[in-house]
Amino acid sequence: MSLLSLEDVRTDIGQYAVLHCISLEVPEGGVFVLLGRNGAGKTTTLRSIMGLWRPKAGAIRFQGEVISGLHTAEIARKGIAYVPENMGIFGGLTVEENLVLATEKGKFDPDRLARIYGLFPALEQFWTKQAWSLSGGQKQMLAVARAIVEPRALILIDEPTKGLAPSIVAAMAEAFRDIARTTTILLVEQNFHFAKSLGRDMAVIEDGRVVHSGTMAGFAADAELQNRLLGLAT
Amino acid sequence: MDRLAEQIGRFGGVNLLPVALALVAFVLIGAPSSWVTLTVAGLAMGLMVFLMASGLSLVFGLMDVLNFGHSAFISFGAFVAASVLIALNHWLVADSVILNALALAFAFIAAIGFGLVAGWLFETIIVRPVYRDHLRQILITMGALIVSEQVILAIWGGTPVTVPRPHFLEGSWIIGDVSIEVYRGFAFVLGALIFVGLHFLLNRTRIGLLIRAGVENREMVESLGFNIDRLFIGVFMLGSALAALGGAMWAGYETLITPALGGEMMIIVFIVVIIGGLGSIRGTLLGAIIVGLTANYVGYLAPKLALASNMILMMAILMWRPKGLAPAVK
Repeated sequence: MSLLSLEDVRTDIGQYAVLHCISLEVPEGGVFVLLGRNGAGKTTTLRSIMGLWRPKAGAIRFQGEVISGLHTAEIARKGIAYVPENMGIFGGLTVEENLVLATEKGKFDPDRLARIYGLFPALEQFWTKQAWSLSGGQKQMLAVARAIVEPRALILIDEPTKGLAPSIVAAMAEAFRDIARTTTILLVEQNFHFAKSLGRDMAVIEDGRVVHSGTMAGFAADAELQNRLLGLAT
Repeated sequence: MDRLAEQIGRFGGVNLLPVALALVAFVLIGAPSSWVTLTVAGLAMGLMVFLMASGLSLVFGLMDVLNFGHSAFISFGAFVAASVLIALNHWLVADSVILNALALAFAFIAAIGFGLVAGWLFETIIVRPVYRDHLRQILITMGALIVSEQVILAIWGGTPVTVPRPHFLEGSWIIGDVSIEVYRGFAFVLGALIFVGLHFLLNRTRIGLLIRAGVENREMVESLGFNIDRLFIGVFMLGSALAALGGAMWAGYETLITPALGGEMMIIVFIVVIIGGLGSIRGTLLGAIIVGLTANYVGYLAPKLALASNMILMMAILMWRPKGLAPAVK
């Protein structure tokens, strides 16, 4: 059984239909990458899963249970974390406050905190700093750390490498590999090389529909398909 | 210039503005005793206005709701408290400080209780259907304000209501040449205590953390598993109760109130919220104190400018800092 499945999901934004009966199966474990050109509907897919935009039709199931129609907070409490494209950090709060807010009972699990410090040492260094003062890469680290401060079954991550320096992207890839050992990641990414290095399974969205799905290894080996679906140079 | 700004920032930045304002006023007024009296009056007024404005700032910051009906809670708070004080007048005139204080406490509790219940009803019936629609929010909350003024007229009539003060808050403290009204001192202390309480709530509790986070990014708070709708109701009720308490204190300060009280205070409240920065309690306090001090100093130095002074102040501050003095980070 898939961890997450979308069955003929249709989402409208205002009067525009953005997702047209999208269907997707995300298996448990590893990194599942959602690829597609700008405006294809990747972010809308993540936001629909999270309940931030309500699907007009279709069903979204998580661990076998229908979650479409639930309040975003309920969806989050079922074990889904979300790292939006703009990172969604609270700039006026300190690094510590940003993280403590994501804990269930307002207290850190020492093992999880140690893991976060191990993955992102900069966060320990800037623990008491207000988040607005962090660099772009550090803010992204904080956003990801917030998603793993409690155990989650699924993390939705939207374009985490956007605007980041190559060294930070490499560190982020390492972190994602580590996280994916215990948690499934559904990753939306424009940087194909980054996506290729992480993904086990993948799907391509075009104009609000899934036009291809399979293994990342298979897609990475087919230059013609990449060119046709993503416009990547062969 | 940058180094000067950095140095000023190190010594408190915009928090120094009330001090700078008081120093300039000291030079212009010349007479120290008048300056002290005006400064205490300005601080007391500022803290009462802070109570009225803090709820509006939080409601706008967290819920993105433009509530023009906020002043209805100020008016009702004033009239409810006045009714309780009138009913307990025999306690107010008694020589017992305990009876005086009890009458005042009942008046304030009644105003707060009214604010909580009316805030819950107002949020549920009037505000909730128009979330995310500013035009409708303005229209419906303005409508609610007009209706509430008519309700006050129907219940308490159009003639001004005289508000009795507790015996122990009458009179003034005379220190040398300086005269300080006891009620102003009381308003200052109570307002400061409530600010400390709010500061503690916002900065030392999990609820406060959620409110501060919600002011910045409500979607993300929900994505972390918190139902922000419940938080909205709580903040709306708190804001309404604070406005009602501010109205109750203002009633005791003015001792004569009319149904137009809320509408009159609303202009000052909006100026304070805009000057301070939407969604920021520290900014609201700062804005309220600056407005209170300016109103008193200008009223003494150039009475003809008194009415316009706060508008001029708001324009000057917005030209300098378009987001206000200490806005919440968005």
